[in-house]
Amino acid sequence: MIEFHLDGGSGLSPYQQLVRQVRHALRLGLLHEGDQLPKVKDVVAALAINPNTVLKAYRELEHDGLVAARPGVGTFVTATLGGGGSLAALGPLRQDLRRWLGKARRAGLDEESIEALFLSTFRSAAREDIA
Amino acid sequence: MTALRAQSLGKKYKRRWALTGCTLDVPAGHVTGLVGPNGAGKSTLLNLAAGMLRPTTGTIEVCGGVPGSGPAQLAKVGFVAQNTPVYAGLTVDEHLRLGAHLNPSWDDALARRRVAGLGLDTAQQAGKLSGGQRAQLALTLGIAKRPELLLLDEPVAALDPLARRDFLADLMETVAEHGLSVVLSSHLVSDLERVCDHLIVLVESQVRITGEVEGLLATHHRLSGSRRDLDTLPADQHVVSASHTDRQTTVLVRTEAPILDPGWTVGRLTLEDLVLAYMSNPTAARPALEVLR
Amino acid sequence: MTWLTWRQFRIPALAVYAALAAVGVVLAITGPDLVGRTEFTGDAESLYTGTMLAMYLLPAVLGVFWGVPMVTRELETGTHNLVWNQTVTRGRWLAVKLGTGALAAALAAGLLSLAVGWWASPIDTMASAQPENALWTRISPALFGARGIAPIGYAVFALVLGVAVGILLRRTVAAMAVTLVVFAAVQLLVPVLVRPYVLPATEEAVTITGENITRITGNQAGVIESIDVAEPSGAWVLTNETVDPSGAAVSPLPDAVQGCMPAPGEGLPDRQTVVGCLTQLSDLGYQQRLEYHPADDFWPLQWIETAFFLALSALLARFCFRRLRHLS
Repeated sequence: MIEFHLDGGSGLSPYQQLVRQVRHALRLGLLHEGDQLPKVKDVVAALAINPNTVLKAYRELEHDGLVAARPGVGTFVTATLGGGGSLAALGPLRQDLRRWLGKARRAGLDEESIEALFLSTFRSAAREDIA
Repeated sequence: MTALRAQSLGKKYKRRWALTGCTLDVPAGHVTGLVGPNGAGKSTLLNLAAGMLRPTTGTIEVCGGVPGSGPAQLAKVGFVAQNTPVYAGLTVDEHLRLGAHLNPSWDDALARRRVAGLGLDTAQQAGKLSGGQRAQLALTLGIAKRPELLLLDEPVAALDPLARRDFLADLMETVAEHGLSVVLSSHLVSDLERVCDHLIVLVESQVRITGEVEGLLATHHRLSGSRRDLDTLPADQHVVSASHTDRQTTVLVRTEAPILDPGWTVGRLTLEDLVLAYMSNPTAARPALEVLR
Repeated sequence: MTWLTWRQFRIPALAVYAALAAVGVVLAITGPDLVGRTEFTGDAESLYTGTMLAMYLLPAVLGVFWGVPMVTRELETGTHNLVWNQTVTRGRWLAVKLGTGALAAALAAGLLSLAVGWWASPIDTMASAQPENALWTRISPALFGARGIAPIGYAVFALVLGVAVGILLRRTVAAMAVTLVVFAAVQLLVPVLVRPYVLPATEEAVTITGENITRITGNQAGVIESIDVAEPSGAWVLTNETVDPSGAAVSPLPDAVQGCMPAPGEGLPDRQTVVGCLTQLSDLGYQQRLEYHPADDFWPLQWIETAFFLALSALLARFCFRRLRHLS
């Protein structure tokens, strides 16, 4: 059973954060097919957030085909993300990243600027994904 | 299904209007935050909804009935007043018995479970409880009568951060379990952000803005760019607040349409930013009040 | 609602009833001593005065300590926000509390009056037999309100008055003071303005004879202002005045009899002489007019007064219910 947390500075709304955390957990193999997601009641009691927020997140995951709600029982994982396929892609992606980092340093960016550039692009891209 | 509907609701005390021209449509099944500065009329609105006060002008309808109009209506609405009053001389157990005797729809098992879960000593006199415990006791009394709508007037104002968190977490768990509608007033916007999916901003006895939180955040933007005259803005962008330096103009607008002007840098607002903007600009130009869904 | 009413009321109620029980014990112990006596002085007199005081104070105490806090306590602690949001209307809430309070008050006053009535019956017998002991008659204004069933009416009235003032003023201490003042004012005014006239008084024209003059009143200048004649025993006398042949009261007495009293400095008056001299009034056509309520009027007056106060209570109660709706 995964545990949710909320990050006040992430720039994402709470329900978006919950969706991402489930997807993340799926990718990392923390959640398998057939696992149950935490009950709305328990998420809400732990985080002090609105139940509709959790429901909205679970609905979106269901819409994406990742989970399915069984009325009266709970919400269960029905599919995984990435898994084996993404492992193969990791190697080339890592190499691309090293090359990009080299370019950034040669352009004169220090560590902080590289991090800032990466994060802001990453976040705005993520927002565009979800919006 | 409407939890609360008000039409031009107004309340006058002697010479002062505590609430004027209040028109609201609060849907059921949501947690609605009522936010505004002290003296804005939040308590007045909640008291009117509970039937503790009678309107001077306008109408108010709660869960389909007139507030305070008899036992059936009283059973539908739970109210926890400011400072969470309890009978200092009665024990916790006696408070629960009070609830059981005075409410036909009292769920005693729920009440006892809550009290046990909160770690309250049933033989303890209510006057000797801490502030947080009193608030929880008052909330228990409000919840165990199984109302359709729960009204909370600044329930966490006097609580420390941990007690506040526990109270809200507990409230949310109850909402999740029973599908309760809640209207809670607070001047701590950070609490409301997590807990509310609907918002009413009340400033100087008037409703400034109301609607679904998601919708409000999606339609309000902070625009910053080179200094310009506000008249140049398109008609569908309503200015909530604006500030200028010699070179820069920053303006907070409400609009349904996308921002097309490339000269603006568009920023996201937090709920706190939005509320503060409305609270600090009581005379901001606003069109006839709209309810955003 | 009855559970809550009792839970909130139990201490004030028990306090009063315990005090009454104590008084009852004292009366029970001293009662048998009084039987058969015709003279009540010393201890008996003090005890009687004490119980009369208690009877008069009881309604005031009930109004102030039972009536006023019923509403003001809830308003001052804010618990009205709690209890008026349970599934019980304000009307029903007040009806149960007020009804219980009124019944308890009526019972308290009734029981105490019963005990006192039993204890004081030898005194009453004596008072109705001996006209000189007019102060002891229970129909007299000083004692009327402390005997019979009138205290029941006062107690209920004081209680409802306390609640009404509490609803009006909303503060405990201020309401207690005002209740006390208003109640005292009513208690002082009713015997003077209302009670004498609710039943027709018996009127008698009495011939002034040497035997029946009981008192001669004069002023410092030696002028005789009025005389009193013997009054019926056990009665409440409203008027005892000399009237001329046409029926008009005269005071001071006509010049014809002013000579009956020796002028100051001429020595002490001799009663026989003065009285004999005053009987001239009869020859001159003067009579003494007596207006009084005989001892038999006691119970009719008691019923009327009790009904009057209960009616006042009902009006006040109606006010309470209507005003309560607008409280917040």
